[in-house]
Amino acid sequence: MTAQVLEAPHALSAEDYRSEVKPIWCPGCGDFTVLASLVKALVSKQIPPKDTAIISGIGCSSRLPDFISTYSLHVVHGRVLPTALGLKLANPKLTVIAASGDGDGLAIGGNHFIHGARRNPTMMYIMMDNNIYGMTKGQPSPTTAVHLETKASPYGTPDVPVNPAALAILAGATFVARTFSAKTAEMTELFVKALEHPGFAFIQVLSPCVTFHNTFDFYRKATAPGAEGPKDDRLRAIQEALANNGNNLGVFLDVREESFDERMESIRELALRKGPASFEALLKEFR
Amino acid sequence: MLGIGGEAGDGIITLGELFTRGAARDGLHVYTFRTYPAEVRGGLTYFQVRMGRSPILNQGDLCNILVAFSQEAYEYYGPALPDNAKLLYDSDEYTPEGELRAGKLPMPLTSISRTQVGSPRSKNIVALGAMAQLFGLPIDSYEALLKERFGGKSEAALKSNLLALEMGFAHAKEHFKEPIEGGLPTTGSLGDRLILSGNEALVMGALQAGCRFFAGYPITPASDILERMAALLPRWSGTAVQMEDEISAVGAVVGAAFGGTKAMTATSGPGFSLMTEFLGLASMAEIPIVIADIQRAGPSTGMPTKTEQGDLYQAMLSSHGDAPRIVIAPSTVEDCFYETMRAFGMAERYQMPVIILSDQSLGHRVETVPTFDPSRVLVWDRVKPEGLEAGQRYARFRVTPSGISPSSVPGEPHIFSAGGLEHNEYGEPNYEPENHQIMSAKRHRKIETAMQENRSFRLHGDRTAKVGIVGWGSTEGAVREAIARAAAKGLKASAFYSQILNPLPESELRSYLDGLERIIVPEMNYAGQFASILRSRFGREVIRLNKVTGIPFTPAEVFSKIGEVCRG
Repeated sequence: MTAQVLEAPHALSAEDYRSEVKPIWCPGCGDFTVLASLVKALVSKQIPPKDTAIISGIGCSSRLPDFISTYSLHVVHGRVLPTALGLKLANPKLTVIAASGDGDGLAIGGNHFIHGARRNPTMMYIMMDNNIYGMTKGQPSPTTAVHLETKASPYGTPDVPVNPAALAILAGATFVARTFSAKTAEMTELFVKALEHPGFAFIQVLSPCVTFHNTFDFYRKATAPGAEGPKDDRLRAIQEALANNGNNLGVFLDVREESFDERMESIRELALRKGPASFEALLKEFR
Repeated sequence: MLGIGGEAGDGIITLGELFTRGAARDGLHVYTFRTYPAEVRGGLTYFQVRMGRSPILNQGDLCNILVAFSQEAYEYYGPALPDNAKLLYDSDEYTPEGELRAGKLPMPLTSISRTQVGSPRSKNIVALGAMAQLFGLPIDSYEALLKERFGGKSEAALKSNLLALEMGFAHAKEHFKEPIEGGLPTTGSLGDRLILSGNEALVMGALQAGCRFFAGYPITPASDILERMAALLPRWSGTAVQMEDEISAVGAVVGAAFGGTKAMTATSGPGFSLMTEFLGLASMAEIPIVIADIQRAGPSTGMPTKTEQGDLYQAMLSSHGDAPRIVIAPSTVEDCFYETMRAFGMAERYQMPVIILSDQSLGHRVETVPTFDPSRVLVWDRVKPEGLEAGQRYARFRVTPSGISPSSVPGEPHIFSAGGLEHNEYGEPNYEPENHQIMSAKRHRKIETAMQENRSFRLHGDRTAKVGIVGWGSTEGAVREAIARAAAKGLKASAFYSQILNPLPESELRSYLDGLERIIVPEMNYAGQFASILRSRFGREVIRLNKVTGIPFTPAEVFSKIGEVCRG
């Protein structure tokens, strides 16, 4: 949160993104490496902090923007994507990053997840998926395994989990990947690709909650690289995202389709063919 | 005054709109009122237009002519017609029976349309021709309107409509002889006036104020704002989006406003309810947004196409915690333009949500108004921070005497974090007890500053009167006319209408109330929401006048209350 003072241009380093605020996360939380990888990706792309805006929701993961120095807006629970969309459309030159968790993005924000993906606006959405509600101390989330006993599901959760990556592909996202927070180099590489993607880039990061549902050991064993193959086939991408009980890692889908921001630009061009608007011309309509 | 009633699908609204526009173009002042069912087909639809040589303040009391296409419309609206009025009815459909004081004008609308035009569907245009004759308005104006509406689209439709108009005009001339009351004196020109609805004026005010982003979700009676923004904003290099619900609509507006763009959404009561969590965020994170609530009758789904003023409490008080916001209530179509401009200026200046409380009757009624002069309203822009020394930190939420902190926008060098968590001056989350006290005071101080810097209220009637009316929003027109009628009967009354409801003009309103012995508060809600706000703020007892029929106050209703209070 230090102002970028206008000096001779210099290559941006991690120091340029350093925030004064210390993370509130528990030691060992998966979200630490997500933060570090995001900074590395921004440095790698040399995207200035002043041209970057992170929108986040509510929950542990949604506190991420406080710990990095870019523009950021920490909004109400579940509404990350509509807010990020408004910002991107109003200010298309910005690099817009949405960040939240599985509870924020899939339960209260599930509606916006589908519509956010189908519009395909140019932005990266990082979902830090810990399969639990961490900040409220351990209730089941939409990605919690069925029958898991938690404080709010003492006899086992009756809900069957959703597969966020498969859902994003089905809904219309154009870049969809899954990674694991223990794999920092791969994660950074995926973030770089997502930042380069013109359209909606969704990354599910398996990011365990060490306090209420520690799945680090489980994911170390269960995760595996997805099969090699074409990344422009939506059906195949859904199969890959669903395979291995949803524990495959890597890019499932990477296609170039018209983005929402591009469509809005075309609409403006189409509308302007009617001639530029003026207040005087508008008054005439009401005479 | 003309009333037109019939079944949805009879072309009532088209007939009413065409007649009104023609009358306005001939130089008359007009004021319309419409009420219709929420469903697309079936049910009783009614359109009313009041016309005159001087500006019209409200929809009026009684019709001079009622056109009733159906038996149901006759039974519903006929009995209220006074002695000197005329009922024009479709004699192919029914014969009016029962008690009717008005004179009868039978006209075979359906058969004229079927046999002379070739389709029964033109009966509304046949009636239009008859209306032109009966009100003494030149038929050329209506020919010109039909040519504008159908010309270039369908030559066949234009031809049959022109024929229908002519047949209706000729029939009325032959059978009904003289225009009523010698006809209306017209100047033949709209002059320097506009003819438009409240919602249309609101959109123009927004564009003129610099609004370049709109997000919405369809809802009666605010959908026409979404539609018009979708048509216009791209031409103004702006963006209009239809979102998946009202929560995402206001969310997109918050995002766009955070990005530095003047942004708004428009909705009605149910949608506003969904937006209230974001309203609190915009208040906490100090983001300038504008929300227009075109109120309809509630609670819940209520009566979607009927008018009410039931959302005052939720505009003033909704969202959890102490969330300061500005509330503006236009009374007239003109206000819808100027007060919307004011809303954007105040949102940017005080960096908080501004709610425009309009309603169905105001949003959808059409009035002739003097052409708009945007220079009448000052539109502020967000105050920007000054340059920083090397290493100096930017305090986005700096505590200032006015409460206003200079704000940068993304893309500019003064980076900051904002959000719904309580924060210190630097935007960092902070839960220290004193900090919350200081920051709450800072945010609320902006309301005090807004009160010092803004005035928008009107006083009507006799300033020495001991009986006064304090109202808000669209009831003003009926109140003004009622006061004038009271004055003519020797009853002294006055009225105070502030367009800014939060913050109310404390000192002016207090001194106005101090001069009164009895205070009447008319409202289109059941609970007396404004009355209770006035009581708690100013400690005065008030006499409530409440109506929740879905139809605006008539001058007669307000006049009768003034009489009762003056005599009692």
